[in-house]
Amino acid sequence: MGGALDVSRRGVIGGGAAAVAAAGIGGDEAEGQTPEPAVLMPVSMTVNGRPVSLRIDPRTSLLDALREHLKLTGSKKGCDHGQCGACTVLVGGRRINSCLSLAVMHEGDEVTTIEGLGTPEKLHPMQAAFVKHDAYQCGYCTPGQICSAVGVLREIAAGVPSHVAGDLDDRPRVSVDEMRERMSGNICRCGAYSNIIDAMTEVSRA
Amino acid sequence: MKSFTYERAATPAEAAAAAARTPGSRFIAGGTNLLDLMKLQIETPAHLIDVNRVGLNRIEETREGGLRIGALVRNTDLASDKRVRRDYGVLSRALLSGASGQLRNKATTAGNLLQRTRCPYFYDTTKPCNKRRPGSGCAALGGFNRNLAIMGTSEQCIATHPSDMAVAMRALDATVETVRPDGSTRTFPIAEFHRLPGDTPHIDTNLAPGELITAVTLPKPVRGYQTYRKVRDRASYAFALISVAAVIPKRGAGRLAFGGLAHKPWRVEAAERRMGDAREVAATVLAGARTTPQNAFKVPLVERTLAQVFGEAKA
Ligand SMILES: Cc1cc2nc3c(=O)[nH]c(=O)nc-3n(C[C@H](O)[C@H](O)[C@H](O)COP(=O)(O)OP(=O)(O)OC[C@H]3O[C@@H](n4cnc5c(N)ncnc54)[C@H](O)[C@@H]3O)c2cc1C
Ligand code: SF4
Ligand code: FES
Ligand code: FES
Repeated sequence: MGGALDVSRRGVIGGGAAAVAAAGIGGDEAEGQTPEPAVLMPVSMTVNGRPVSLRIDPRTSLLDALREHLKLTGSKKGCDHGQCGACTVLVGGRRINSCLSLAVMHEGDEVTTIEGLGTPEKLHPMQAAFVKHDAYQCGYCTPGQICSAVGVLREIAAGVPSHVAGDLDDRPRVSVDEMRERMSGNICRCGAYSNIIDAMTEVSRA
Repeated sequence: MKSFTYERAATPAEAAAAAARTPGSRFIAGGTNLLDLMKLQIETPAHLIDVNRVGLNRIEETREGGLRIGALVRNTDLASDKRVRRDYGVLSRALLSGASGQLRNKATTAGNLLQRTRCPYFYDTTKPCNKRRPGSGCAALGGFNRNLAIMGTSEQCIATHPSDMAVAMRALDATVETVRPDGSTRTFPIAEFHRLPGDTPHIDTNLAPGELITAVTLPKPVRGYQTYRKVRDRASYAFALISVAAVIPKRGAGRLAFGGLAHKPWRVEAAERRMGDAREVAATVLAGARTTPQNAFKVPLVERTLAQVFGEAKA
């Protein structure tokens, strides 16, 4: 665990309320519109192994709670509409788009972001493989790609089938076709796709 | 996003009662469609009732030999269920062809049925749209309508229903179970769940306000080759141009339902007696089609897709 999440409970609450006041919510309020007064709601969850408690406007997405309130800016906002995968995090071990989920819906949940997978000193195997295989250029989609890739290998191991399954009764196996299909929810503007598959292949063999 | 108040319901009855108590409220399940639309202020609920903790997340066998799928079962879990893969492959395949892995991990059975159209003008709040704002007109009629409906359309709206899952459920003759705010329950055959646009395109389904879906029940499995064929602009993570959910027995009538054609999953039972004959089936299914120059390609595409599906079934 790095220093990124090194905030006291009090700091989180204070910072949270301030960020709401300063940043507004959701981003795309029409200009000139007076922001409606926010009724703050409490929510507690575990983020990267640490318990956090926030008081937030219920409109706050999980992504904005992570980025703006908890200052975990690894998860990225690409589209904010479920179309790009840059915001992918693991909740209860499963990958989801954090932009299409409200923070208040995650009471008691365990959230893992790119910051919680590994640290610069001790990378998660998927992070290390992305570095080794040069699986990014600008890096904007990368935290989402890595969280998604970790989720994909878990889903294959758990027997979740995919669109490219030959026979639905067969146990899915790691293959290029399977990984490409399962990673289709993560868009990369730089086109690092083939190196991402190489990185995932290496991790799947470890 | 407009501000709203939020509560978590602990039971289905509590959720339905909360809806009756609070005007302008909506249920939220996976949130993957509702929040998308709320960010664009296309949906502006005053109150959200979070139904993620009401239970309804199991798949149980029914006494009739079918399956009862809880409204909150996630699309990934439904597609992965051993019994669904074995006996209702068409449903598993339809689910896996939809959205992305991340979205399917959140999307629920009820939310998927109730997802709203992907008509580009429904999403563009600067354009007239009778579905979004009744009486404002339909920008799609004279606009970009390549992926809009050719069956069951009206002068008011030519939108399609975007769900893949619902198309498979239509082929399987599923039943939707609900509880109303007064606590009474009822069931809809899936054929009577979604509506055609007619003069009221703003109303997608026959659910009453505040009515909560509790489950979708599948009757006992039908024998035959099962598949879901989705034709789209890219190989993954795209909505259907057209799709076919098929159950094809060795002999006799089968089941065929179509996505991308209408405001609801499209099925013409009379066509199912001619299984194997793509031309005949397509002609019967598409009788009365109303196309635009942009979406007329769907007519031959249905026939060709059927030819491919019938070919696979024989092989
Ligand atoms: C980028 C993208 C691509 C997609 N591609 C596809 C695709 O290819 N194919 C496809 O089929 N879908 C696709 N989808 C849509 C996706 O399947 C739906 O968003 C999802 O199924 C909705 O389920 P949910 O649980 O998240 O619903 P929510 O967003 O939570 O709810 C949707 C609606 O259902 C209501 N509701 C929810 N639960 C209940 C209940 N129990 N009773 C009564 N009302 C209820 C809500 O009030 C709301 O009006 C895509 C979505 C995105 C964002
Ligand atoms: S087709 Fe329907 S949803 Fe699309 S613009 Fe017309 S009224 Fe709106
Ligand atoms: S930011 Fe969430 S999917 Fe694009
Ligand atoms: S590395 Fe630039 S968007 Fe993927």
